[in-house]
Amino acid sequence: MSDLDELYQSVILDHNKSPRNFRKLADASAHAEGRNPLCGDVYDVWVRLDGDVIQDVSFEGQGCAISKASASMMTQAIKGKTIAEARTLFDRFHEVVTGAASGALPGKLEVFRGVSAFPIRIKCATLSWHALKAALENQKS
Amino acid sequence: MTPLAAPPPRESRTGRSGPVWDVARVRADFPILQREIRGHPLVYLDSAATAQKPRQVIEAVSRYYETGNANVHRGVHALSQEATTEYERVRHLAARFFNAADPSEIIYTAGTTASLNLVAQSYGGSVLQPGDEILISEMEHHSNIIPWHLIAERTGAVIRSIPVMESGGLDLAELERRLGPRTRIVAVTHASNVMGAINPINAIAAMAHEVGAVVVVDGAQSAPHLRVDLQAIDCDFFACSGHKLYGPTGIGLLYGKRALLDAMPPWQGGGGMIREVQIDRSSYAAPPERFEAGTPPIAEVVGLGAALDYVTAWDWEALVGYEQELAAEATQALATVPGLRIMGEGADRVSVLSFTLEGVHPHDAGTVLDTLGIAVRAGHHCAQPLMRRFGVTATLRASFGAYSTEAEVGKLVDGLLQVRKVFG
Repeated sequence: MSDLDELYQSVILDHNKSPRNFRKLADASAHAEGRNPLCGDVYDVWVRLDGDVIQDVSFEGQGCAISKASASMMTQAIKGKTIAEARTLFDRFHEVVTGAASGALPGKLEVFRGVSAFPIRIKCATLSWHALKAALENQKS
Repeated sequence: MTPLAAPPPRESRTGRSGPVWDVARVRADFPILQREIRGHPLVYLDSAATAQKPRQVIEAVSRYYETGNANVHRGVHALSQEATTEYERVRHLAARFFNAADPSEIIYTAGTTASLNLVAQSYGGSVLQPGDEILISEMEHHSNIIPWHLIAERTGAVIRSIPVMESGGLDLAELERRLGPRTRIVAVTHASNVMGAINPINAIAAMAHEVGAVVVVDGAQSAPHLRVDLQAIDCDFFACSGHKLYGPTGIGLLYGKRALLDAMPPWQGGGGMIREVQIDRSSYAAPPERFEAGTPPIAEVVGLGAALDYVTAWDWEALVGYEQELAAEATQALATVPGLRIMGEGADRVSVLSFTLEGVHPHDAGTVLDTLGIAVRAGHHCAQPLMRRFGVTATLRASFGAYSTEAEVGKLVDGLLQVRKVFG
């Protein structure tokens, strides 16, 4: 598979066209905005917690296929997880897309491995994850 | 070896006849054009971000470090004198190239951004009073916006805008209406870094001078594409960068009319810009030295000199005609890509153009093009007010230079069709 085919796999194109959990969360317990000043992409991420568990998570905003698909698949991956589990997943996702670690990403997130061949696009893939992390931190304080 | 494009035909498709630009000969001077990117010959369409460098510039910088390195205006030794002579020769060369009235009107800076900050801080800082107005156009690069924000905050001056029309041109009628007795500064770009739109500086200067305002021109994008005649366009300040004019990074120019420079205070203090220094006060050298504190970027000035020597030898009528034709052909060819929209298509333009592809984010398109060896810029191009004006967050930008070819325009279009294939 070429770098290009690996980056734009059909699952990424699908999530770009039909992002999941793409809505505002009315009764959110935490929210943060992720902004990439380099390209102007901006996403809002909302989470609703039940104790330590991420009961629901959603996002809205606009940006490239990588950032949108990443946000969409992130919401699917962390729904029902605890805050600690989401953090661990963020760290794992970050180290794989930056090329700092090898090994597989859990489930469908594996499609983002291809991003490591395009260093300038790493920020696109991690934008919503950083927003999620900020939202969870805001919530704590 | 990368195959070179055939030289342009004498009688072109667009019917232009005139001096012929020998693009193959120019390409042979640029070593980087032999590179391959991801298995494809490099198609460099990002000259508006920075131009590639000819061998002549690269070798001049190496030669300086290998055989001529010394500080300027300091030593009595031979090397320092040689460096000083070359440093001042380049100033004369720049004054001649841009047709300044005198070499002392040319100040070396780090680049266009530094030049514009210098004008804002020194000129703006000394003349602006609370309520005075600075007019800036909606198509400015952030480097001709933020320096004015900074000085307006400090002085209490007010920023007003000059609107951009749908065609991509400046609304000159609106500019005339917004000029008034409080207008002190009109800051406009000579050519838009996004759309390539050329602004009629001469007409703008006439209007501004009528109300006693000065005109500050961002020439970063015009200097590489137009034969700029500073006395003819009659602006008061003009800023440009060496690296977009086939020279090194880290060196730029600020032109200012001598009478204005004479009245301006220094921007930065340090060595080389003084007349006399006491422990509690100092007096300053005349322009241009007054504005060149510290050891300047000497190797970069030497490289800029080589670039100016190189481009001064060009047949500019042929180059301008060639680039105009490339831009026209690109405009026509891009129109065949489904869903592609060019921004500001109606204006007179240098060979820089921005476009959007319906349903595809510019960064995704840029990445697909990159896998084909095609370098374009994707993003807001440091021109967020212009993006807002046209209701987009980002565009793709293809910009051409003296070494760009028709074949490369074809590759760009093929690449964009491939983008369409990936994203539907």
